[in-house]
Amino acid sequence: MFVKQISVFLENKSGRLAEVTRTLKEHQIDIRALYIADTTEYGILRMIVDQPEKAQDVLTKTGFTVSSTRVIALAIADRPGTLDEALETLSSGSISVDYLYAFVGRSSDDAIVIIRVENPELALERLNQTGIRVLDCREVYGT
Amino acid sequence: MIWSSAEQLSRSEMERIQLDRLRATIERIYHQVPFYRARLDEAGIKPESVRHLQDLERIPFTLKTDLRDHYPFGLFAEPLSRIVRFHSSSGTTGKPVVVGYTRQDMENWTDCCARVAAAAGVTENDIAQISFGYGLFTGGFGMHAGIERLGASVLPISSGQSERQLMFMQDFGTTVLVATPSYILHLTEVMQAEGVKSEDLRLRVGLFGGEGHTPEMRQLIMERLSIIDTQNYGLTEICGPGVSYECLEHSGMHINEDHIYPEIIDPDTGAVLPEGSEGELVLTTLTKEGIPMIRYRTRDITRLNREPCRCGRTNVRMDLVRGRSDDMMVIRGVNVFPSQIESVLMTIPGIGPHYQMIVTTEQFMDKLEVQVELTDGERLERYAELEHLTQEIRQKIRTTLQIGVKVTLLNPQTIQRTAGKSKRVIDRRHDKNF
Repeated sequence: MFVKQISVFLENKSGRLAEVTRTLKEHQIDIRALYIADTTEYGILRMIVDQPEKAQDVLTKTGFTVSSTRVIALAIADRPGTLDEALETLSSGSISVDYLYAFVGRSSDDAIVIIRVENPELALERLNQTGIRVLDCREVYGT
Repeated sequence: MIWSSAEQLSRSEMERIQLDRLRATIERIYHQVPFYRARLDEAGIKPESVRHLQDLERIPFTLKTDLRDHYPFGLFAEPLSRIVRFHSSSGTTGKPVVVGYTRQDMENWTDCCARVAAAAGVTENDIAQISFGYGLFTGGFGMHAGIERLGASVLPISSGQSERQLMFMQDFGTTVLVATPSYILHLTEVMQAEGVKSEDLRLRVGLFGGEGHTPEMRQLIMERLSIIDTQNYGLTEICGPGVSYECLEHSGMHINEDHIYPEIIDPDTGAVLPEGSEGELVLTTLTKEGIPMIRYRTRDITRLNREPCRCGRTNVRMDLVRGRSDDMMVIRGVNVFPSQIESVLMTIPGIGPHYQMIVTTEQFMDKLEVQVELTDGERLERYAELEHLTQEIRQKIRTTLQIGVKVTLLNPQTIQRTAGKSKRVIDRRHDKNF
């Protein structure tokens, strides 16, 4: 029930991000969601794509430093308090969130929230005990 | 003012003194330093066969690595009971270069440094602020002793804390400043920020050393402070400051050749070059007891001029140093070799073997940027890991070299690869006019 996310190191230089998107376009890889953490010196691009293994492979070959990791994707209904419920669940289990980002899903009005935690197995176990819907790969990247 | 009669000897008198001292030095090192004895034996040279100054050419060179390999005291010619002072400078790969002075060495060194100050016109009526670092660095203590001997009032403030430096300069009426040229330029920037005008200061002479000095920097110092700007030259291995110095004629740096014998060689072949050629400066100490240096390769590129100077001094002059025969850089007065940075980077996982260093100036202070390629994606998962990586590199470089650097992470394969010697250092310090 995990989703694969890939992270790409971006040095602080104009055109780097475009180089990533160009590479993905050339290989017909679809970006479902992305998030960039940056400082003045460099950035880390995190993406959910429809073909994570292929994306990692082609980006590495293009000369990027890439890693992949398991993250949790949650369907969060578009109404007050739903994200809070998910975070409370994790927090009460002493599971700290490294980062999260959200995007709008394809098939419903729910938002999809990507969460990266230190201990994904434990987080999953906790979340499954609640009514929160955890999404699988197919639901997130449609394959 | 000319401090010592040794600065006005005729050529034949000077050469006679040099030969006597050279022979005594060779005799001493042969019997007291196993390293030199082995070197001389290998070259088939007996001390008594050194009969002319030119015989020195047959003796092998001494390199910085020889000092490092015999760290700490292996090249000392005297027992530690006779050593009264140590100094040290950074070495090429971790181990520093260590030198020791006997009481007589301290006496000679002090006298040589007094000559430096006197040649710049410093007198007992001056107040001299020493903004060189004290400690193991030779600069602070050497110039301190020389200027004190000359009789000026010495203010041993040491380096850093620019606002405080300026306060003392104003309150004490400092007339002489001992610093690196880039530091004085930095001070002028601080003056501007603090609203201190050059009229508020009584500064009239600058004794600059520890690093090179471009004509552009000199002109700018003059424009901003209208002081007499003199440069002096020295290196730890020989004695520190006091090797050579400019007089008010600004036509080269007079070498204290009654204590130090200079040669100019071709850095590639090692052959001594004809009078007046540009090449690498090689120095031999003639009076040093603690750690005599025989044909020490300074790696500094210059030229000698034995014409008597208009100032009345007859001791040989060397041009301001034009460059290096190796890849050493001087960053804020600290000698830095790319190999030192390299050995630090090798110890850190997750980055590639390629690196590049970019030197720039910001407000006249040297800045060093170290660029490395991030090859391992592992650290991308957590932002703090990446921060930790750059911090680790920064810290390790600081520990080894005592300088702060900026670390930039690059994508793999972005640093230019070349078949031959790769361009590790890009020095942009003199790219634009100051």
